[in-house]
Amino acid sequence: MIEIKDLHKSFGTQRVLKGVNLKIEEGQVTAVVGRSGGGKSVLLKHIVGLIKPDRGSIFIRGQDITKLSGKRLDEIRSQIGVVFQGGALFDSLTVYDNVAFPLVEKGKLKKEEIHKRVIKALSDVGLQGMEYKYPAELSGGMRKRVALARALISEPKIILFDEPTTGLDPILVRTIHKLIRQAHEQYGFTGLIISHEIPEIFEISDKVAMLHDGKIIEVGTPEEFQKSENPYVKNFIMGLEEQEDRL
Amino acid sequence: MKQFLKVIGRGVLSLFLFLGRIFLFLLEIIYITFTTPLKVRNFLRQIRFFGNKSLVVVVFTGAFSGMVLALQGYYALNKFGAEALLGPVVALSLIRELGPVLCALMVTGRAGSAITAEIGIMRITEQIDALTVMAVNPIRYIVVPNILAGFVTFPLLTAIFDLVGIYGGYFVSVYALGLSEGTYFSQMELYVDMEDIKVGLYKSLSFGVIVTWICTFMGYNAKYGARGVSKATTEAVVLSSVVILIWDYMLGALLL
Repeated sequence: MIEIKDLHKSFGTQRVLKGVNLKIEEGQVTAVVGRSGGGKSVLLKHIVGLIKPDRGSIFIRGQDITKLSGKRLDEIRSQIGVVFQGGALFDSLTVYDNVAFPLVEKGKLKKEEIHKRVIKALSDVGLQGMEYKYPAELSGGMRKRVALARALISEPKIILFDEPTTGLDPILVRTIHKLIRQAHEQYGFTGLIISHEIPEIFEISDKVAMLHDGKIIEVGTPEEFQKSENPYVKNFIMGLEEQEDRL
Repeated sequence: MKQFLKVIGRGVLSLFLFLGRIFLFLLEIIYITFTTPLKVRNFLRQIRFFGNKSLVVVVFTGAFSGMVLALQGYYALNKFGAEALLGPVVALSLIRELGPVLCALMVTGRAGSAITAEIGIMRITEQIDALTVMAVNPIRYIVVPNILAGFVTFPLLTAIFDLVGIYGGYFVSVYALGLSEGTYFSQMELYVDMEDIKVGLYKSLSFGVIVTWICTFMGYNAKYGARGVSKATTEAVVLSSVVILIWDYMLGALLL
């Protein structure tokens, strides 16, 4: 479904991605874990064409999106939903309008149908009754749920989650993970989750990959990943600092 | 010496890079304006935003500009015994020059800065990225409505500025300086013609585009958190103000 081949990206003199190779299978949830600032979000932004790579390719359903632009890129993007790190909700719009936004902009559905879908999406994420609140009036967890509802509303084939639980308490982390799992069962999308929630992320992923020093150094099922002999993976799972981090 | 040349070179390069980016941004705006339908709701909202944000400050500055023009004009004209020409002096100064320029500066400080801050926050909170991944062109959705709203509202606000300024001048001339009511307006009718109004109109139309272009560009390219937005906002106001004054001279010389 999504295949990333030899992806390189530098910002100035800083090399962030140094040849990422990763295959994300159709209908599965793949988690990419790794240290903060390791380029996970940069990787995600490449997949939706927000950043162009220096080298390498990303195939989505057989099309190399790094070579696309304009309408053809938009066609691919319309199959993808993204849940951004901070939610990226539009401040000037209510919860209802935020969730309805992708459908309103596409302009293919009638008002009544959009209304039905928005109400359902909000109830799926447990936010019924919050339709007319503004993002600034919501808690962090609620904002993430609205972002999830907005990503789900157009029933995309692929959903990318950029650290969907960052900054939330452990109970909310579980709640959001549960919502992702339920949504995945209901809609059957292909998911990519950028996260560093260990061990919670193992419960909702079919596959886990670790990005370290600009490369994917381990991929496997959660069980395989936890048994990895790679010292970086072991340290990451156990939360041990590496030599360069020692004070 | 080598270090000095390095600094100069880097400055020149970044200036050209900036100019290249801001003009490419303008080209994209022009292309999108003429090839995609306008987001009418956003356009109307921005017209209201400009009017709402700027009307009070425009009325106040317009009134006091007219008043001070009358006061100083009277002082100068009195020396030549030409007080009767106070009306045309106030009107011509406002319509041709001060109205468009001061109004543009006021709107830049009031609404232009707000646009930059709003778009800058949208940039750093990934709202612009969210639009892009939803296949909604952010230039079409955010920038074009602002530019067109500037194009429409600047001349209207300038007209209000001129009108209030002329009446401010009238108030001072007639009630404080003792000029006759008829002289103030009749001389104005005699000396102010359509060409003068056109000059003011062309200036305000172009200021509307310049201010919104610069302010949206700065917001669109804001970086690195709250400090980045604050830097972008300050730069947008300073750059817009400088360009307004430069463009005013250039257009003034061209239309003289």
